[in-house]
Amino acid sequence: MAKKQESTQVEEIKIDAKIPAGSLAEKWTNYKDHQKLVNPANKRRLDIIVVGTGLAGASAAASLAEMGFNVLNFCIQDSPRRAHSIAAQGGINAAKNYQNDGDSVYRLFYDTIKGGDYRAREANVYRLAEVSNNIIDQCVAQGVPFAREYGGLLDNRSFGGAQVSRTFYAKGQTGQQLLLGAYSALSRQIGAGTVKMFTRHEMLDVVVIEGRARGIIARNLITGKVERYFAHAVVIGSGGYGNTFFLSTNAMASNGSAAMQIYRKGAYFSNPAYAQIHPTCIPVHGDYQSKLTLMSESLRNDGRIWVPKKKEDAEAIRAGKLKPTDLKEEDRDYYLERRYPAFGNLVPRDVASRAAKERCDAGFGVNSTGLAVYLDFSSAIERLGEDVIRARYGNLFQMYEKIVNENPYKTPMMIFPAIHYTMGGIWVDYELQTSIPGLFCIGEANFSDHGANRLGASALMQGLADGYFVLPYTIQNYLADQIQVPRMSTDLPEFEAAEKGVHAKIEKIMKIQGDRTVDSIHRELGLVMWDFVGMGRNKAGLEHALERIKEIRHEFWTRVYVPGVSTDLNVELEKALRLADFIEIGELMARDALMREESCGGHFREEYQTPEGEALRNDEDFSFASCWKYNGEGQEPTLLKEPLEYEFIKRQQRNYKS
Amino acid sequence: MDKTINVTLKIWRQAGPKAKGEFITYKMDNVSTDSSFLEMLDVLNEKLVKEHKEPVAFDHDCREGICGMCSLYINGHPHGKDSETTTCQLHMRRFKDGETITVEPWRSAAFPVIKDLMVDRGAYDKIIQAGGYVSISTGGVPDANAIPISKDIADEAMDAATCIGCGACAAACKNGSAMLFVAAKVSQLALLPQGKVEAARRAKAMVAKMDELGFGNCTNTGACEAECPKAVSITHIARLNREFLKAKFKD
Repeated sequence: MAKKQESTQVEEIKIDAKIPAGSLAEKWTNYKDHQKLVNPANKRRLDIIVVGTGLAGASAAASLAEMGFNVLNFCIQDSPRRAHSIAAQGGINAAKNYQNDGDSVYRLFYDTIKGGDYRAREANVYRLAEVSNNIIDQCVAQGVPFAREYGGLLDNRSFGGAQVSRTFYAKGQTGQQLLLGAYSALSRQIGAGTVKMFTRHEMLDVVVIEGRARGIIARNLITGKVERYFAHAVVIGSGGYGNTFFLSTNAMASNGSAAMQIYRKGAYFSNPAYAQIHPTCIPVHGDYQSKLTLMSESLRNDGRIWVPKKKEDAEAIRAGKLKPTDLKEEDRDYYLERRYPAFGNLVPRDVASRAAKERCDAGFGVNSTGLAVYLDFSSAIERLGEDVIRARYGNLFQMYEKIVNENPYKTPMMIFPAIHYTMGGIWVDYELQTSIPGLFCIGEANFSDHGANRLGASALMQGLADGYFVLPYTIQNYLADQIQVPRMSTDLPEFEAAEKGVHAKIEKIMKIQGDRTVDSIHRELGLVMWDFVGMGRNKAGLEHALERIKEIRHEFWTRVYVPGVSTDLNVELEKALRLADFIEIGELMARDALMREESCGGHFREEYQTPEGEALRNDEDFSFASCWKYNGEGQEPTLLKEPLEYEFIKRQQRNYKS
Repeated sequence: MDKTINVTLKIWRQAGPKAKGEFITYKMDNVSTDSSFLEMLDVLNEKLVKEHKEPVAFDHDCREGICGMCSLYINGHPHGKDSETTTCQLHMRRFKDGETITVEPWRSAAFPVIKDLMVDRGAYDKIIQAGGYVSISTGGVPDANAIPISKDIADEAMDAATCIGCGACAAACKNGSAMLFVAAKVSQLALLPQGKVEAARRAKAMVAKMDELGFGNCTNTGACEAECPKAVSITHIARLNREFLKAKFKD
């Protein structure tokens, strides 16, 4: 039954997340006890495609191959070791309670639900917290050199949104070390011949046969050749879509195209508006800028965030007449400590980002642009000594100095929020299966665990949880029914049609031969996204953004210029194909943000806030995950709703003040 | 206002693996000294595309010095002259106004050129596949704190593990040796109790693969350490040699 609600087409279909029965603590155990399994002889006869080699993709590909499945693994980089998980700095959460500070599976679950502003599924998040401990064990066994204390045991630090120290880390390079751990496990399987690795290959479509995912179409980025691959099941672990904003902390080639391809084939896209704006990034410095660099949240353990208390001081600093170190203690406004005494500088990311924006909008921002705040280590250096700070954050300080040409040991860092992570993504059920049977989605690419805001050090946890400990179980429940299905020929008409569609799209782009570069159009899209679909959103702005995105789409399809030929290495063509999808994602984000008439987590609608300027949720009307269903090119998508029922915890207004 | 400089680029252009390459000269005016080297190349490429010319192909991704994707031989040094810096972290303020900058791909027999400045580093993956791991599967491992590891050992393993697999070491070596890359992995895993179990076997397998793939021998010139963007130390090569000898004695 379809009905029209304002301008959005809403369909009342029951969305079934397939949550197992039982109490929270029993659900995952119940599931595992009763799921179907595939015996070793049959595993050898089943092929699985995994797209992506980040934490989720690499850990899934390795684990599935270890179990005996044949795995085909694809990545766009020259090596599976380079996926952008590698850039995660600060750490990974787990409920080990090694610090004896009151942590537990329940508390990690609770913090994650609350951090996500009560917009995530209870059962998924509880499972995440449950398997978090296995991840740390697994990584240590692989030889991941986590930081240790003098007694030889693992060290922990604190991250935003938690009052315990549950974050494991390897200097400021935790993502690198975890990814290299997964990469080593994957390499072992490639060496053993159980994983066939396809580097410099980009997925361009999924092939659906009789309603089930049965393969992909991929372009060899070196030769330009478009190729077909069959599998009994397809797993997408292609990361998030933050680069819709052009400037983000994502890697240059990170993209949302795989997600959009499966969306167009019928997978629901869920909560696209939930994007995380990270509070501590190096501020924008010029028009030529290609990306933004994150400064790890771990810095907020020892760094204090402030702006000048007096507007005239802020003005003098912006004009270069005053240095931050000239300002006396009483002339500094440590606004996070002032507004949120209980969590101080360690409030969650969405709260910290908005607070920075509020100060800058009010005229207290620093840097020549007025769009920056200070992150100051002077009191930590005084308390602990420069050596301790160097040991903890040396590589981050060095990175900052290289980019900004200032020494953060001597003068406070300047930081500003930037797009960092997308909580929204492809809708999956409890089994991480999308709305297309046989098609699974893991890691940042799915929407499942972070609700409307992700806590620091939880992305690594989720990626590895999905890949090592969840998908390898749940995918068997699907594949157990596929053991009679023989390997199919890629000459089938469905493969033929999918490849033809890919060729047609490439040809269409190559033929435009316009007068604008891909980057110039992408930059334009990014500005619209940042201004109207960024940290502060409102109805008029979002409607304007939808209009502008329409214009940008038209601009792209009539004026883009791609040099060279499609049958060769062609980086501009790769970028153009990704941009075509970013434009569609941008529209979906704006649409979702417009529909969601409440503020929650990273989604802040200016019309809906408390008198103190905090996010004001509307649980009555918006306690659901939005699921957008594709209706064809140029058609408006339909909104389906997965209701979020909170059985085990009571929803509250998030409070980080007391 | 940003400070700007004018530079002349001499860039290696090569249409494909078998094509004959040559240096092409490009003038870049008003380059912001705050921009990174790769952002300067982005500006060049955008200019080339506007002139309907083929942009320069080069590898890059994270642009924060950790993924190891960027390469480039700049004025005779892998990742440029700055120490402990990847190409993506190199900024134009490190160059002089009027300077001529020569940009080449990695020059190493084991890293064939794909196009322009892009090379194939698949050989490094193959070396890891030969043994650069601990042979355990997912699940069934002991508690993370079951085996205490002294902080010094853990820190040393971390220093070795910091290798980003960019290939600068082999590109810098006059013999084209991959010893520093191999040693970093062997050393990291041999230091830790989890990896010690198969340390000798690992060293032997990785060295054999390295030899098979056409990398040269190590003659201790130390160029690799000097050019490594992550300052991985050649002391790890000594540890690799020890593990390798142990394996040989067992044979």
